[in-house]
Amino acid sequence: MSSTAATGTVTGRETSSRPVSGRFELLTYLGSKLAAAVVSFFVTLVIGFTIFSLMPSDPVRTLTRGRPTSEAQLAHLRLQLGLDKPIWERFLSFVNDTLHFRLGYSWQFQQSVSSLVADRLWPTLLLMGTAMILSVTLGLWLGVRSGWRQGSLFDRIASSTSLTLWSVPTFWLGMILLVVFSVGIGPIPSLFPAGGMSDPALPQSGFGHYVDVARHLVLPCLTMVLVVFAQYVTIMRSSIIDELGSPYLLTARAKGLTDADVRRKHATPNALLPSVTMIFMQLGTLVSGAITVEAVYSWPGLGYLTYQALQIPDLPLLQGTFVVFSASVIIMNFLADVVYRYLDPRVRAQ
Amino acid sequence: MTVEEGRLSPPRLNAARRFVRSYLERPAGLAGLGVLAAFGLLALCAPLFIGDAQLNVIKVTGPQLAGPSGSYLLGTDQAGRSIIDLVIWGSRESLSIGIIATVLTVLLGTTVGLLAGHYEGWVGKGLMHVTDWFIALPSLPLAISLAAVLGRGAASITIAIAVTSWTATARLVRAQTLAVEARPFVDRARALGAGNTQIMLRHVLPNVTPLVLVSSTLTVASAILSEATLTFLGLGDPTSVTWGSMLQSAFSDGAVTAGAWWYLLPPGIAILIVVLGFTLTGRAVEHVLNPRMVGRS
Repeated sequence: MSSTAATGTVTGRETSSRPVSGRFELLTYLGSKLAAAVVSFFVTLVIGFTIFSLMPSDPVRTLTRGRPTSEAQLAHLRLQLGLDKPIWERFLSFVNDTLHFRLGYSWQFQQSVSSLVADRLWPTLLLMGTAMILSVTLGLWLGVRSGWRQGSLFDRIASSTSLTLWSVPTFWLGMILLVVFSVGIGPIPSLFPAGGMSDPALPQSGFGHYVDVARHLVLPCLTMVLVVFAQYVTIMRSSIIDELGSPYLLTARAKGLTDADVRRKHATPNALLPSVTMIFMQLGTLVSGAITVEAVYSWPGLGYLTYQALQIPDLPLLQGTFVVFSASVIIMNFLADVVYRYLDPRVRAQ
Repeated sequence: MTVEEGRLSPPRLNAARRFVRSYLERPAGLAGLGVLAAFGLLALCAPLFIGDAQLNVIKVTGPQLAGPSGSYLLGTDQAGRSIIDLVIWGSRESLSIGIIATVLTVLLGTTVGLLAGHYEGWVGKGLMHVTDWFIALPSLPLAISLAAVLGRGAASITIAIAVTSWTATARLVRAQTLAVEARPFVDRARALGAGNTQIMLRHVLPNVTPLVLVSSTLTVASAILSEATLTFLGLGDPTSVTWGSMLQSAFSDGAVTAGAWWYLLPPGIAILIVVLGFTLTGRAVEHVLNPRMVGRS
């Protein structure tokens, strides 16, 4: 015991310069990833500005499309929006406003976009978070199982189910579930509420409220999980198959480990790494899912806000949700890079 | 093309035969191809038996939102139009938007990928950075914003799909371009005095094309899904009939609360079948061209 401790201190002394350079490496790594995230956010702002401010030939006409406005009002609006200023000045003030979370003023709600976004953030986080945890768990588990017994009945059923679910439009699946479980069809009674996040007739606090929200959450969450988990099955399955022929699995088997232990303790941890990256890379699909699912179930989140903005179309509100969605995906990707460094020692060694 | 076919050298002919033979051995690929052929034929022949009398809401005579019956096999919509006619008619625009958006996607992606792979300096690096930025953006909010600013209709949906989906093709083409340009025949062409344009168009592009065609079948699948989603969210032309617009009017006109499953099921199943058809076909071709892929998904 003491000898191992001694060798431990010796090797520790020998490589005493390692932690310092390691910390430096960590800082450079984090710095470069952070810089990349900042640059991509800046590019997002450029794209957002191009779409919403440069592409409409006359933004004021686009904004006031379909409502009676006099020339004087148009001129006043142009001045208010700063359209008389040069493009670079407008862009700088747009960047400045966005960084200070001033996202403009919604035409439809007569309210600032930032306050709308703040109101709707929590429901979306609840829906996306629950759906993501469930679909990652289900998808990874099924993926490991079907990749390990490649070509078996279980694999064929899991793979074809996930391929079919991937080919289904999210909103359509949502409507079908709505008809079956909320409206009720044939012998099936109405099991779950049709939309919204809570029943306004019930008290908005306490235990009963949580149960009510959970009941409203079931169908939207189920829809998202069904569409999203399919991708995770595919990803995890192929990374398990990549590991199948590896020599270290042969060694593990030669040690006399059971098949289940080889799978759980050796193959799965190694196959998880590429899957985690892919899962974070595909967060954008989760956002798309949130928009359509919230539209179908009128779940009062950011996705439903986008849908409401589209019906007008309420361009400042759309611009706001575009910036918020893009920023959140960029932040999540940055966090994935950070987490990944801890998960995979090989990244640290590079 | 016909002149080229006449001069096909035996090895190439053999390769084509081998390709067809191994494709025929893949039942899933055959099923996909069969489904696509059936839908394509139906879409092309639709004007022969569906006209204004079946589609115009003022001229139709059917009952409103009625379930399946003898005269209306799949029931009717809220205006009294036969659902089965609408689904067949909808395939025309859904398929054509999917295919046109894919052509745009492939053109844009191939151009960017070729340039990024061929010019290794700041041009290539810059283009790859642009590609990475677009990959990082969530595609649906971007597509929604673009289509909303461009105005409702098929054209803006097509553009929005192309702008959000070219990145995958660009990366694929760049990787393949780098691989092709590392081969000796490109050096030989350069030594003989071929310019950048000639190398890209005559030597690299023909070697990249098969791969791009395979990936484009998968692009059509996701383009059809995106079209349905964008139309459902209200960005389509309200007067035209597509699978997405059918589902949108079913949703907004209360087919869901009425429990009108016959209105909801057919367009969704049509999307499902066509998307599966493109995916299975694409995967089968991929497996035949690249046998190492066999067993992977």
